[in-house]
Amino acid sequence: MNSASQRLWRTSPLTYCALVLAVLFSIYPFYYMIVIATRSLDAINDVPPPMTPGDSFGDNFGRVLDNDAANFVTGLINSLIVSSVVTLSVVITGSLAGFAFAKLRFRGRNVLLLSIIVTMMIPTQLGLIPLWGMIQDLGWYDTLYAVTVPFLVSAFGVFMMRQYASQAVSDELIEAGRVDGANTFRIYWNIVLPALRPAAAVLGLLTFMETWNSYLWPYAVLTPENPTLQVSLAFLSYAYYTDYSQVFAATAIGTVPLVIVFIVFGRQIIGGIMEGAVKS
Amino acid sequence: MSLPATTAPPPPAAPPPDPSTPRRSRAHSLTRLDLKFSPYLYIAPFFVIFGVFGFYPMLRTAWMSLHDWNLVGDHTFIGFDNYTALVTDEYFWNATVNTFGIFLLSTVPQLLLALFLANLLNRTFLRARTVFRMAIFMPNVVSVAAVAIVFGMLFQRDFGVFNWLLGMVGVDPVDWDAQRWSSWTAVASMVNWRWTGYNTLILLAGMQAIPRDLYEAASIDGANQWKQFWRITLPMLTPTFVFVVILSTIGGLQLFTEPLVFANGNITGGDQREFQTLAMYMYELGIENLNTAGYGAAVAWAMFIMIALFSLLNFLLVRRSVK
Repeated sequence: MNSASQRLWRTSPLTYCALVLAVLFSIYPFYYMIVIATRSLDAINDVPPPMTPGDSFGDNFGRVLDNDAANFVTGLINSLIVSSVVTLSVVITGSLAGFAFAKLRFRGRNVLLLSIIVTMMIPTQLGLIPLWGMIQDLGWYDTLYAVTVPFLVSAFGVFMMRQYASQAVSDELIEAGRVDGANTFRIYWNIVLPALRPAAAVLGLLTFMETWNSYLWPYAVLTPENPTLQVSLAFLSYAYYTDYSQVFAATAIGTVPLVIVFIVFGRQIIGGIMEGAVKS
Repeated sequence: MSLPATTAPPPPAAPPPDPSTPRRSRAHSLTRLDLKFSPYLYIAPFFVIFGVFGFYPMLRTAWMSLHDWNLVGDHTFIGFDNYTALVTDEYFWNATVNTFGIFLLSTVPQLLLALFLANLLNRTFLRARTVFRMAIFMPNVVSVAAVAIVFGMLFQRDFGVFNWLLGMVGVDPVDWDAQRWSSWTAVASMVNWRWTGYNTLILLAGMQAIPRDLYEAASIDGANQWKQFWRITLPMLTPTFVFVVILSTIGGLQLFTEPLVFANGNITGGDQREFQTLAMYMYELGIENLNTAGYGAAVAWAMFIMIALFSLLNFLLVRRSVK
């Protein structure tokens, strides 16, 4: 690069200042959450508002666990089950269909792929009311089926895997597998799936986070007796309006796993999002 | 897109199987069956589950909206009466105004800020860029419920941080959830906080796809950074920008959780419906009150039509103004 463009693309201290400011804005609510979660109940009503963490977290979290109305532990376990099952299923069904669309030839392939892309643009809320009725008719109200089964597949997952498979898996490798007498499923399992691993990891992380965080639908079909974590948080904050340290302790516990996952895998997640953006 | 020839299954490479060995020919016909049907088997899970739980309910919404429908079981066909009732429904228009108000307050500042941040992150010699990217994206990781709970507290009237900050510059405390403008601001700020980083990354990805020699040529011609941003970055970024605008439109017009949690679970969004959105109104009609499900379904379709029209409008506007 020549010197003119070096000057052009250099980073001024002002740039860093602006970025640091943006980072502080992004982080502050997390910090604030920890401040309130570790403060005693009366310290919260102080003016000026508390700005540093306290030492009452254990006490606050104890109140969350003792709170029979919130079923926080049930919510945590339910969220873990639902998110894991949905993630596993979305990755498997997405990679199978993505492999088929990218590497196999069959009648109607293009039309079917197009129909998947079109469904990605339709808001899910359009089917909300009848779906709620269907869940009642199936007898799934207040069960984990209601929040799991409808989300076992994802159009975005199929599309993303298809994009990745068409580049990452070479046709020669598949042909070699065929010559060796492998059937299609063995080719998927032994050749395609290993090659798709990076994309599968990103899809899995995104799906896990989305399922863990989903709110509207679980709120519609679950009761406080058998909640997911978000539903439990919601009922906690609605019912215990004044006990903010308790609510914030629960919110922090529900958020920490995601933040840890993000700090560990953030690079891949961000890479995946940015890559997906350019291709679409 | 690969050439058709490369995606075709390989022609039977082996010579035709010897008819004297029946075992081999059975294996061969199995292979043919496998090649012919297994693709359908692999895409079937998506189409079955999506068909039952995604596509069918959507069509059913349309059918329901033409009925006086009761989720408990009774229904009578009434044609387009639900839709004509919408035209004079005060609450429907209230929710529409709220939805678009919050949408504008969240989308416009959010995209401008994202454009600014993406441009900063696009500097070639930026240090610690992964850390910056991750930190800016982090708000998107947290659940909407958690965000709304935390912001609800920050926007508290008596001991919230925002009112305390306002007090320092001599402004009286604001009762954030009591008025339209203030509740819209509060809800929009949650949306802005959560989505700015996400949009920044998408725009950044678009910027990085722009060939660097364009900038080099421009700088040799003496164009400064500002000029380059307007003449090169923005025009080249149009497709990405359209994508981001449409995504924000779809999300923004469906806004539900932030206002609901901010209202402490009150589906009407404040005592005077100051911040009830269309999605909340639909939920109120269709699920909280089971006997107006048909009318709720009409709201759902009205919402969908608005989203589609508005996305199209944005698409045309953004394309024209940037090109």
